[in-house]
Amino acid sequence: MAEAPKFSLDKVSYTYEDGVRALCDIDLSIYPNEITVIFGPAGGGKSTLLRLLNRLNDLIPGRQLEGRVLLDGEDVYAPGVDVHALRRRVGMVFATPVPLPMSIRQNLTYGPELAGIRNRARLDELVESSLRAAALWDEVQDRLNEPAVALSGGQQQRLCLARTLALEPEAVLLDEPTSGLDPISTAKVEASLQELKRRYTVVIVPHSVQQAARVADHAVFVLQGELVEQGRGEQLFTMPRDQRTEDYVTGRFG
Amino acid sequence: MSRQLRQRLGFALLGITTALVVLPILLLVGYIVVQGASAISWEFIVAMPRDGMRAGGLWPAVVGTVLLTLGTAVFAVPVGVAVAIYLAEYAQDTLLTRVIRLAIVNLAGVPSVVYGLFGLGLFVIFLQFGASILAGSLTLAIMTLPVIISTAEEALRAVPQSFRIVSLSLGGTRWQTVRRVVLPQALPGVLTGVILGLERAAGETAPILFTVAAFFLPRLPKSIFDQTMALPYHLFVISTQVPEMPVRIQYGTALVLLVFVLSMNVVAAITRSRFRAKRQW
Amino acid sequence: MNNSLYETLIERFIRVTGVLVILFLALIFMFLLREGGATFFEVPVGDLLQTRWYPNEEHFGLLPLVLGSLMVTLGAAVVSLPLGLLTAVFIAEVAPRWVREVLKPFIEVLAGIPSVVLGFIGMLAISPLIREYLGAPTGLTALSGSVMLGYMALPTIISVAEDALDAVPKSYRDAALALGATRWQTLWRVTVPAARSGILTAMMLGVGRAIGETMAVMMVTGNAARMPLTLNSFLMPVRTMTATIAAEMGEVAQGSLHYHVLFAVGLVLFFVTLIINLVAAWTIFRQGKRYGRLLS
Repeated sequence: MAEAPKFSLDKVSYTYEDGVRALCDIDLSIYPNEITVIFGPAGGGKSTLLRLLNRLNDLIPGRQLEGRVLLDGEDVYAPGVDVHALRRRVGMVFATPVPLPMSIRQNLTYGPELAGIRNRARLDELVESSLRAAALWDEVQDRLNEPAVALSGGQQQRLCLARTLALEPEAVLLDEPTSGLDPISTAKVEASLQELKRRYTVVIVPHSVQQAARVADHAVFVLQGELVEQGRGEQLFTMPRDQRTEDYVTGRFG
Repeated sequence: MSRQLRQRLGFALLGITTALVVLPILLLVGYIVVQGASAISWEFIVAMPRDGMRAGGLWPAVVGTVLLTLGTAVFAVPVGVAVAIYLAEYAQDTLLTRVIRLAIVNLAGVPSVVYGLFGLGLFVIFLQFGASILAGSLTLAIMTLPVIISTAEEALRAVPQSFRIVSLSLGGTRWQTVRRVVLPQALPGVLTGVILGLERAAGETAPILFTVAAFFLPRLPKSIFDQTMALPYHLFVISTQVPEMPVRIQYGTALVLLVFVLSMNVVAAITRSRFRAKRQW
Repeated sequence: MNNSLYETLIERFIRVTGVLVILFLALIFMFLLREGGATFFEVPVGDLLQTRWYPNEEHFGLLPLVLGSLMVTLGAAVVSLPLGLLTAVFIAEVAPRWVREVLKPFIEVLAGIPSVVLGFIGMLAISPLIREYLGAPTGLTALSGSVMLGYMALPTIISVAEDALDAVPKSYRDAALALGATRWQTLWRVTVPAARSGILTAMMLGVGRAIGETMAVMMVTGNAARMPLTLNSFLMPVRTMTATIAAEMGEVAQGSLHYHVLFAVGLVLFFVTLIINLVAAWTIFRQGKRYGRLLS
């Protein structure tokens, strides 16, 4: 990994309005073209960490951030940063699929249209390419004008993935994307991740240790706001260095 | 007395009480329908009045009420919906926001006749619009604001937060989110609120007493600076101040006003149920 | 970027409209004060507290009007508070679903009936009944006004109280039933007490509505500005503050003393309803909820 990291977190601490400390002194580098997994027990700060990367935490008033969050070497929280452009570069898929109350096609063109893309041909191109990348094109290409809510849960989630891809981002963040899905849909999503990492930086909060072990190139264990250990996927799950990591990975607590 | 028996009696009592509320209204409306139906004809609605309002039709009053309702809508809907958007989508929990909400509650509580005085003082006299459709509409509009604001805000808040988060995560600004996702989804609820608010404005008499209403004006208004007849005021005058007014015509006028107002109720109810059926969330 | 300029402008516009609301309220107060304030310079306060309201002879005693409003409102409260509460309880807790679906729109219909229509029917149908069966000379009495007003206030009371009852968590009822209480007992010992602050608010708003009503009262109370001092007065005509303004404003010369006094009466009304609504809103805010349906 001689290349530069996509994201760098430099001594990042994050406190909520009511004084609760969500993250404590995190130093982390996330590299492009690989899957970085951030895992750990519930309430440990993983989702908070993820949302720092595209400033979705801005929606919560009264937060306090220390340290720096860098994207391609530039501080994401610097004054004057266009947060909307940032969110187009760094897309996010949430745990519960939320199709917008529109047709499938409109769901996909929503982001690009907001960004100012009007050209019909270009939009059609984006719709097809993003659906293909999310492994959904074959299933919906004939019904693009139907309401997105009519899709099954697994399809909806892949639609949400396609939605972020339609903006041609640089990084894709996924927050427990398969938590509500059946094993087949889960497998499809995990397979897509392998394709995705070839073009994007992928950061995922898995919903189980097993999923973490399946997909991770680089794994980060976060416990109660603290970065306990990180390392290459195979090594971290088979031979963790920290006792706490080992306890969590082997299921002694969770 | 056993507990079960007491319960049955209790429930029956509640039912009777409710009937005491419901039945007189049914009777009232029924009575007006029965007494007034004989006066209703196409001519009654679209013809001009004759013989000092004792015969002929109600057309100027109908037109006047329609114009006032439209005028109210023109002023109250944009402002009301904008305030609702502010409260639902932009406002933080600051002192200013609380004062605004307090002001809305108070505007809702001001008696309609006090609105009439206010309209007289500000629009008719101070701004020199004179007694006019303009003054009347503006007065009614301010009176209708609280209803529109509160129902519109409820409708906006009912839209799931997840849509907003998704829109923002796709790079949307707050306004883009409101305009493209939240507002379209809230529109039926907003519309219902607007219709109910306008319904009330159409039926009000006190605010228009000093600001626009005229009784003996058997011609149609030509501009917004004209006075006009209006159905509620018309009913009031013909039932209290015109000697030898045929009772049939009084009931007929009451019926026309009732139908005008209640049909808006029906439209609102239809809008609301279609909204529920077509919702995609 | 052009986009963000547009966005900023829109946001600024939306924020401004919020302040407009405060402005309107302030304007109402200002104009009432502007036109009514002169009263307090030209008429000694003692005169305003007289018992004769006879403007033609410069008697501006407000007491008969204030008492008239109070009396009619009190009567309306006696009619509408129990009826309203019991009906709300019935609709929210007892009625089967299909009955609920019929009754709720019905209450909305009642809310939509214009006050002039209620006044009209009160005048032509209710007053004769009161005249016949209660012996009042014309049937245009405080009682007639109370009855009509009571019905006008009912939709407000019913819908706000119903919301309050709906908001009581199901777990309260379930817990009581699990302890062996009947539905009736649960209702009166658990549910209604739990909703009491919302119910209180409903009642305050109903009363506020009643005090401010104009047309219905004007058409059935006979409009004689006498002092209603005994219970018997319910069967006598009476004059409210609202009816006074509505009836006399049309015949008054602008700028005359009478004109100013009528605005002063409006000012009094403004404050009375302001206080009632502030107290009602404060009760709701204390619970942390928004005002929801209480404005519609």
